Amino acid sequence: MTRDLVVQFLAQGAQMTFVLLVAPLAVGVVRKVKALLMRRQGPPLVQAYRDLAKLLRKESVIAGSASWLFRTAPYLIFALTWVAAALVPSFASGLMFNWAADVVALVALLGAARALLALAGMDVGTSFGGIGSSREMMIATLAEPAMMLIVLTLAIAAGTTRLAGVADYFIAEPFAVRVSLALSLISLIIVALAENARIPVDNPVTHLELTMVHEAMVLEYSGRHLALIEAASHLKLVLYISLLVCLFAPFGMAPATAGVGGWAIGLAAWTAKLLFCAALLGVWEVSIAKMRVFRLPDFVGIAFVFGFLAILLAFLTRGVFE
Amino acid sequence: MNQAYDVSHLLAGAMLVTSFALLYQQRIGAVLNAFAVQSVTLALAVAWAAWSDNRPDLFITAFIALVLKGIVIPVALHRTVARLGIHREVEKVVGVGAALLVGLALTGLAQALVVKVASATSGHAREELALALSIVLMGFLMMIVRRNAVTQVVGFMSMENGLILAATGARGMPLVVEVSVAFSVLIALFVFAVFVFRIRERFDTVDIEALDRMRGDRR
Repeated sequence: MTRDLVVQFLAQGAQMTFVLLVAPLAVGVVRKVKALLMRRQGPPLVQAYRDLAKLLRKESVIAGSASWLFRTAPYLIFALTWVAAALVPSFASGLMFNWAADVVALVALLGAARALLALAGMDVGTSFGGIGSSREMMIATLAEPAMMLIVLTLAIAAGTTRLAGVADYFIAEPFAVRVSLALSLISLIIVALAENARIPVDNPVTHLELTMVHEAMVLEYSGRHLALIEAASHLKLVLYISLLVCLFAPFGMAPATAGVGGWAIGLAAWTAKLLFCAALLGVWEVSIAKMRVFRLPDFVGIAFVFGFLAILLAFLTRGVFE
Repeated sequence: MNQAYDVSHLLAGAMLVTSFALLYQQRIGAVLNAFAVQSVTLALAVAWAAWSDNRPDLFITAFIALVLKGIVIPVALHRTVARLGIHREVEKVVGVGAALLVGLALTGLAQALVVKVASATSGHAREELALALSIVLMGFLMMIVRRNAVTQVVGFMSMENGLILAATGARGMPLVVEVSVAFSVLIALFVFAVFVFRIRERFDTVDIEALDRMRGDRR
């Protein structure tokens, strides 16, 4: 019994560490694929690690008008995002935190992190921080309800809001094409693009005043604070990819009863899927242009529309209206 | 849940999605392409129904949908647009967000309605019918919110797509009716085309707002 507990504990710890360690690699893959498709050499795959290491060594400059919130926000954001990333079942569905891995809790954790970031962006009182925060909130007001609709659609299908339960349900269920699930997949992809500040919603590499959203908020940060925020955004990318993979392509994931062997297979499958999705993201980002900010509500609104359609169809299939 | 049901449901759902795409697109060319996609999806859906239910007469319907509405009508409309010189025009719609929200409400209405009205039928036919009714209503909506005469034609055709889908799911429409409907749609296209050119000759625009003056309620 005690031994089981220790193994469980170690597995969960390993998952958390592994997610943290692999996150910059995923970002590196996205950048490398983008660069290669543009016929550039691109930064090496480990560049994201080097950036983080460099930032951690550097001094953190804080504006004179900054309050305690500005200094504490990066730590809280990082912690919230890391916990959220630990909640998503990555390579096994029977890990220790899974009893708490409720999708609603996940949305709440990410929402809290976002609120903190927006507050920190406005804290110093520069105009860029304010504009970034306001845009981020505009996107969030559309993306978050869409996310909740997707969650509820899946919960209706699987009968639980626990992520591990949903994944187990889809592993057990024979493969079936369902409109409501297809719609929620598209919707979740749009939400993921919006939340991770990827093209076409936001360009992660630009610092152009008119277009930046995420970068505008973190413009005042430097040194270890910036490193934490960057690490949190890497984690968030991995989190959303894991979420997509765990909900819509959970094959290979170790079931709740699997031992160490099952975990190894699950780990290999998850890493492969993660890197594949990162490469796909790179291809996607190269092939599309960033949207005008005022066009964004329409784009993210599609996620809401699809989420709503998905839940309507799910209701219809189950005859809830009767 | 069997495979045949899944695929037909997926195709009908894809048609509904293209209906939303029709509302979302702003450029006329993009609207026409979305309509072509919807028609091809309709052809696939009908062909799938023909194959899985073993009703070979539906293949003719699918073929008509593919050739007429998937290829001929979009190409003809593209040409019309090119001749009118409005292919780069960005249409002023009510506002994409508002149109999409109304579309959602209509979809919900269609589903609630079908569940109430057709409660005796099986789940499969009912879902198909609900989707078809939403597509018809979305076509209506498109005719209401779009002001350009060409996109009005597309709204009308997309409504007809919904009707054919409904007929496929409900196993009703005999082939004779089917063929005559297809041809009346084609004739409608010609009438529309003539009409569009006449409107432009008279008003120098294809914005149907100009027609308000004909009714006499000048603002």
